[in-house]
Amino acid sequence: MIEMQDIWKTYANGTHALRGVSVLIEKNEFVYLVGPSGAGKSTFMKLIYREEVPSKGQISVNGFNIGKLKPRKIPFVRRNIGVIFQDFRLLPKLTAYENVAFAMEVIETPRRLIRKRTMEVLELVGLKGKHASLPAQLSGGEQQRVGIARAIVNNPAVIIADEPTGNLDPETSWDIMNLLEEINFRGTTIVMATHNRDIVNKLRKRVIAIEDGIIARDEARGEYGYEI
Amino acid sequence: MVMRFSTILRHFREGAKNIIRNGWMSFASISSIVISLFILGVFLLLALNVNNLANQIESQVQVKVYLQLGVEQSKIEELHNAIANMPEVRSVQFISKADGLELLRVSLGEDGKELLEGFDETTNPLPDSFTVEVIEPQTISFVANKIKAINEADATVPITNVKYGQGTVETLFKFTTAVRNIGLIIVAGLALTAMFLISNTIKVTILARRREIAIMKLVGATNHFIRWPFFIEGALIGIIGSSITAAILLVLYQQLVQMTQFELGLMMIKLVTIQDAGWMISGILFAIGTLIGIWGSTISVRKYLKV
Ligand SMILES: Nc1ncnc2c1ncn2[C@@H]1O[C@H](COP(=O)(O)OP(=O)(O)OP(=O)(O)O)[C@@H](O)[C@H]1O
Ligand SMILES: [Mg+2]
Repeated sequence: MIEMQDIWKTYANGTHALRGVSVLIEKNEFVYLVGPSGAGKSTFMKLIYREEVPSKGQISVNGFNIGKLKPRKIPFVRRNIGVIFQDFRLLPKLTAYENVAFAMEVIETPRRLIRKRTMEVLELVGLKGKHASLPAQLSGGEQQRVGIARAIVNNPAVIIADEPTGNLDPETSWDIMNLLEEINFRGTTIVMATHNRDIVNKLRKRVIAIEDGIIARDEARGEYGYEI
Repeated sequence: MVMRFSTILRHFREGAKNIIRNGWMSFASISSIVISLFILGVFLLLALNVNNLANQIESQVQVKVYLQLGVEQSKIEELHNAIANMPEVRSVQFISKADGLELLRVSLGEDGKELLEGFDETTNPLPDSFTVEVIEPQTISFVANKIKAINEADATVPITNVKYGQGTVETLFKFTTAVRNIGLIIVAGLALTAMFLISNTIKVTILARRREIAIMKLVGATNHFIRWPFFIEGALIGIIGSSITAAILLVLYQQLVQMTQFELGLMMIKLVTIQDAGWMISGILFAIGTLIGIWGSTISVRKYLKV
């Protein structure tokens, strides 16, 4: 599903964010990305959804060689990847329903499919009754559910989640984790960067630890392993 | 790739929404388009009329010969024959004072009615005249001089005036060229300003919609899909601006034609009618306005929409 071979990423200012990363993530895996701040976790994920291109090395996602992708093809690869952020990134003037439907509209999904699928996904994330609410009228956990609904509405093969519980209280965080596990259970590969020690240690999954731009640890049912 | 109809509708809706959200910027852009296209339109109409006038005068290749009042019939025939016998002359037509009055009535139209009301056969102030057509336009001054020579040789001096439009034609053509060149420079400058304002408007829209654009990119909207509403926004600004301009310009021109019909008619000049020029002027304004709009949005889309 996701394969990196000797990936280097040096930003324009000279920062070496990744220094020779090789990894293979299979279909339907659930992977935690852990490591200190500035280790390169977000960079790792941005390379997957082609927000950044590697300075060196090969990366393939879902059979596409991402580094060599023609710009014209990028949108079509992105349709297979759902992205979730710590700060939700919802459009403030659109309702929950509109925020989710938006992701279908802009890839030119026929109208008649949008309504049905959007309602279906809102129900899956537990927001059926709140579809008409604006983001400002929703709690943080509910906003993140909208974010998740938007990420999965186009049926992507992979979900990239960059600290999805980073802004949420512990209880809400667990609700979100249950939801992500449910989505993973339905067949979606999930890569999630997190600083949440409790979650990683209790909901055991594969753990890839990045430190200073290299993979320091990669364990099938790993632990968080850091003090903070 | 064929665009879905609902997608086209969406792009238009988004483009129109952007214009409304960006009220003041859009207003400034539309105004600048209106100003530049209006001036362009004025120059176009001016050039069109001057050209038309020059053509009218040139195609006439006529010499008008006005006679004294009360010249005898035999003298008229004598003159008629002398002119008709010149090898350069195609035809000579005698226009009696009654004919002249009738022609004037026709060319002055409605407005002239009042003025000409009091005149009938006995009070007709017009002189008899000949209209002489030459074969080659270049010989027109030669023929006119020949007619003057006949007049001077005649002791009764039956002719009061010999008129032809040759010098006028040349002056008019020079004038047209000058109008065209000055017009082009002014219009190009104004069009650039309008284009710049539009590109700035689109820039503001793009910046205001950064979040939305980022999410569109993230979920896999194509570049075309993201760009279209901005092109449409620019094109719509151009279309709105040129429609307003065409409406104002044509209404004003229609007034001008009506107001001046009488005065110009006295000088035997007729302005190009709105029926003849309206569609062409509107078409040109529309095309240029739309082009400026699309051009302006292209610049900003290229610069600020890194997709
Ligand atoms: N666009 C950029 N330009 C320059 N340097 C960058 C850029 N993005 C990230 N970096 C640098 O690259 C390194 C890795 O950043 P990255 O965001 O991947 O870390 P992270 O592991 O996600 O950290 P955190 O846990 O704090 O989110 C850092 O030193 C960071 O300052
Ligand atoms: Mg990060």
